[in-house]
Amino acid sequence: MTKTINITLKVWRQNGPQVKGRLETYHADNISTDMSFLEMLDVVNEQLTLSHREPIAFDHDCREGICGMCGAVVNGRPHGHQKGTTICQLHMRQFNDGDTIVVEPWRARAFPIIKDLAVDRSALDKIIQAGGYISANTGAAQDANNITVAQNIAEKAMDAAACIGCGACVAACPNASAMLFSGAKISHLALLPQGKPEAARRVTHMLRAMDELGFGNCSNERECEAECPKEISIVNIARMNREFIKAGFSSSVE
Amino acid sequence: MNWLTKTIGASIGKKLMMAITGLSFIGFLMAHLAGNLTIYGGKDAFNAYAQKLHTIGPVLKVAEIGLLVFAVVHVLTGVWLFYQNYNARPQKYAIKKSGGGRTVGSRTMPYTGLFLLVFVILHLSNFTFTDKSQTTIYEIVSSTFANPFYVMFYIIAMAVAAVHVSHGFWSAFQSLGLNHSKYMPIIMVLSIVFAVVVGVGFGFLPIYISFQA
Repeated sequence: MTKTINITLKVWRQNGPQVKGRLETYHADNISTDMSFLEMLDVVNEQLTLSHREPIAFDHDCREGICGMCGAVVNGRPHGHQKGTTICQLHMRQFNDGDTIVVEPWRARAFPIIKDLAVDRSALDKIIQAGGYISANTGAAQDANNITVAQNIAEKAMDAAACIGCGACVAACPNASAMLFSGAKISHLALLPQGKPEAARRVTHMLRAMDELGFGNCSNERECEAECPKEISIVNIARMNREFIKAGFSSSVE
Repeated sequence: MNWLTKTIGASIGKKLMMAITGLSFIGFLMAHLAGNLTIYGGKDAFNAYAQKLHTIGPVLKVAEIGLLVFAVVHVLTGVWLFYQNYNARPQKYAIKKSGGGRTVGSRTMPYTGLFLLVFVILHLSNFTFTDKSQTTIYEIVSSTFANPFYVMFYIIAMAVAAVHVSHGFWSAFQSLGLNHSKYMPIIMVLSIVFAVVVGVGFGFLPIYISFQA
């Protein structure tokens, strides 16, 4: 027999980017503890729709914790209190019967609210567009093992590449800084030989883009690594700092 | 020189400024504390230390001007960062909880910093920019700490300095990119050790002097 719980939700409702929002209270009864948080919101939305009210807008896609589309601040914690999980993988068994749960969108100047819990995270895409890629020549692929990568370096690059770009680091940061995202994206390319030729240009342009988009500055509060669903470490921020110092003072990139 | 302003003006550049100036203050604090320990040697030892310090003349002046410039950079950059960070989230959360990353030190950096600025101004007007032609530095110090208000204020200020340093120390290394799996745990421990040394080392001096008087 499945266990069910009754909870009270306080959800941020906002009709558009420019209008004022407010927290609204909903009751979600007989919620199976096997449901994910988003499935619970689906149930609430079904009830809202049936009673001719506007359903709660929220982003989601794979619901497997790998796409980076979902995200909301649950009781003051991005993606909820469970460590290393996205909100789609946060299950209702993490909550108790009678709990009041406050759900808010990511809050940052760089992430304007589209509606309710859905925010516009294209600022992260703009950081990538500024240099978060490598240039590869076309033509026949070269032999495998032509470019050697040490196992431990590959591991570090992979740890950084685990970033799904969900924006939880920005939401968690007291300064709404995107340093963990940028650090991860810069690190996973800077560590590998394929990323080296453009390293100086990349870090300079990506950081400049981040600054211009209205994100805050890093003050080493470490909230980002604590809340990151992929548990990406701030050593990636330190690596970006090194890359930036190298690019700023010893490369020809201006 | 456009590249220089762009590099320093970037978010990481500003953090660099904070880290370099901050680490210099840590060096200064160590030297200052070492000098102040001569108080335990008594009146003559302390006065002799102060006198000796002033015999190095121009070197001292350069160091003082350097500290002043660094202080201006540290404060202005700090204010700039605080302003930008405050503005980066116009709509605050109704509920925000820590995931376990923040510490008392990291949380209060701008406020402890502001308090320390006020303290440093007061401290300089107490002991540095005061008429010393008729008296010795030991007498100024002991007459200041005869007042229990000053003793309390200095103890509180040193506790605040300890909190500020507890985050500032390791944070400076991280900002400079000096984060290494072998050394970071040591730096984190040193951060706390140094905070305690600052708090207890400086904080106990006013108590000791007030008992001497």
